[in-house]
Amino acid sequence: MSLAEAPPRDHAPAVRSLDFLDFLEPSNREEEWKFTPLERVNGLLEPVDTAVGIGWGSSSPYVTEVAIDDARLHASWTPTDRAGAVARGAATRAILIDIPKETVVDGSVIVDLKALGDVNYAHIEVVVGDFSSATVVIRHDVAADVLGNLVVQAGAESDVKVLSVMDGEATGRQMWQWHTIVGRNATSFGLSIALGGEVVRMVPSVEYSAPGGSAVMLGAFLADGSQYQEHRLFVDHAQPNCSSYVAYKGALAGGTAHTVWVGDVLVRRAATGIETYEVNRNLLLADGPRADSVPNLELETGDIVAAGHASATGRFDDEQLFYLQSRGIPERVARQLVVRGFFADVLSKISDAGLRSEILGRIEQRLGMESVGAVDEGDLNG
Amino acid sequence: MSVLKITDLHASIDTEAGTIEILRGVNLSIESGQIHAVMGPNGSGKSTLAYVIAGHPKYTVTSGSITLDGEDVLAMTVDERARAGLFLAMQYPVEIPGVSVSNFLRTSATAVRGEAPKLRTWIGEVKQAMKDLQMDPTFAERNVNEGFSGGEKKRHEILQMALLKPKFAVLDETDSGLDVDALKVVSEGVNAFRETSDAGTLLITHYTRILKYIKPDFVHVFVDGRIVESGGPELANVLEADGYERFTNASV
Repeated sequence: MSLAEAPPRDHAPAVRSLDFLDFLEPSNREEEWKFTPLERVNGLLEPVDTAVGIGWGSSSPYVTEVAIDDARLHASWTPTDRAGAVARGAATRAILIDIPKETVVDGSVIVDLKALGDVNYAHIEVVVGDFSSATVVIRHDVAADVLGNLVVQAGAESDVKVLSVMDGEATGRQMWQWHTIVGRNATSFGLSIALGGEVVRMVPSVEYSAPGGSAVMLGAFLADGSQYQEHRLFVDHAQPNCSSYVAYKGALAGGTAHTVWVGDVLVRRAATGIETYEVNRNLLLADGPRADSVPNLELETGDIVAAGHASATGRFDDEQLFYLQSRGIPERVARQLVVRGFFADVLSKISDAGLRSEILGRIEQRLGMESVGAVDEGDLNG
Repeated sequence: MSVLKITDLHASIDTEAGTIEILRGVNLSIESGQIHAVMGPNGSGKSTLAYVIAGHPKYTVTSGSITLDGEDVLAMTVDERARAGLFLAMQYPVEIPGVSVSNFLRTSATAVRGEAPKLRTWIGEVKQAMKDLQMDPTFAERNVNEGFSGGEKKRHEILQMALLKPKFAVLDETDSGLDVDALKVVSEGVNAFRETSDAGTLLITHYTRILKYIKPDFVHVFVDGRIVESGGPELANVLEADGYERFTNASV
């Protein structure tokens, strides 16, 4: 096959639009909506009359609310899926986290989202200027339905960390597009924690606006009961000498929970000298749940440093339990060690120790492992 | 002095092809300070004996008993056995991703000793034990058994034994997969542990090679799920010269 006649790109978004009507009616026959239980997001994929803009709170001076046509927002970004278009099309306001150039922000900029109605539309932009560094934490209120878009612009040579945390109850439907634009030699880090929500559909994407950018997208998710979670990623390499690393870890605790991870990576002809790797691992803790994992790597050039992907879904390993117990460790603590170990490489990337232990505590609470505490040794005498 | 006593032990495993009896009446008594070598051909059930002592859930004990100083070991969970003073150095230790060796060792020691070891003395203790086994200090930062070579896995098992200080240690083919240098180091670790702790040791092995470095007080030939002959160290020499044939033929 000649590269001059580029084959059709299977995984790049086919439509970009602010108008939801430009997107096909979602159907399980479309790859994009193949897994989503459409009957459970019924009515959300077209505008809802009673929907409201989302509320928010933050103590950071960098966070403001602006009109959707504010000049500081990304002028040309448009949604690539219907849920994103519904939210963007209805949005009149945006939450803007604006970090001027050459600014180092200490600590985390925390934004708490607050549902103001049954259905809430959100538009959030994180704009980090050239040579700046910042960590932004978006805490989702998952008790209501939320459709939103999160756009992150990482300026040249910037260092940007964005954490999306959904750690509430298993109610509410959450559908988000999360687009990151990585500038020249910028370092972008995204971490998606998804523990709450009845139906969660996260659609993160990464593009590079100049050479030399690096993007890391990590995820930790947990589902039980009737929860549905979908993480559908797209990394678009169109610039040379960039890198991407995607790693998502999911635990399926019980019920008829269903998780889906789709990782699409497209390396275009211009993207020479790039390096990309993506991995998804799922841990099944019970017999009922189901995990789908679909990595796709599409290479239009062979002139790259490295490209790879991996995916594995496994059951809780009784041999690990036996090994730990044979060293005197009680079963409860042994299980906790294994689950902590499973999430360790992702959660260890959360630099804020308080947030890290809060999320770990939440995971353990959801797995019925509460009260063991945050110390490594655990409560062995309990 | 402690005694680990195995009496007429029968155990089976459930497979797709049905239930298979593997242990067929094992009798063995080990006292503190003694080293017993159990030697047998492949498939004789000697590793099953190790697993059953430790309490692996895939085996069912159908009759017989195991007691530690009169206490019913079979009634204990896997972790209770370890806390009672039993230790199994495994032939194929599993990887535990994301759990560091240092965290694992400290969690184990806390469990077995009943309280968290004091941090300052603990670090010194671990460093010395690792040095004795010629292990690089960075080893403690790696994840349990992840990417370990065969030799590193076995050293790690012996390291745990040295730190957990069991009353009885079962070494399941600890000599397999080791080159001569690693075998010497591991053997020295076992000998040093015995000298300082007066523990009883059950050394399960296929080969006589390790008996050059670890001197057993008793040698037992294990065939078809039971001990068919017991003797002193000289029995190992007979096996070295003649192999298991005489015993396997006798049992048919």
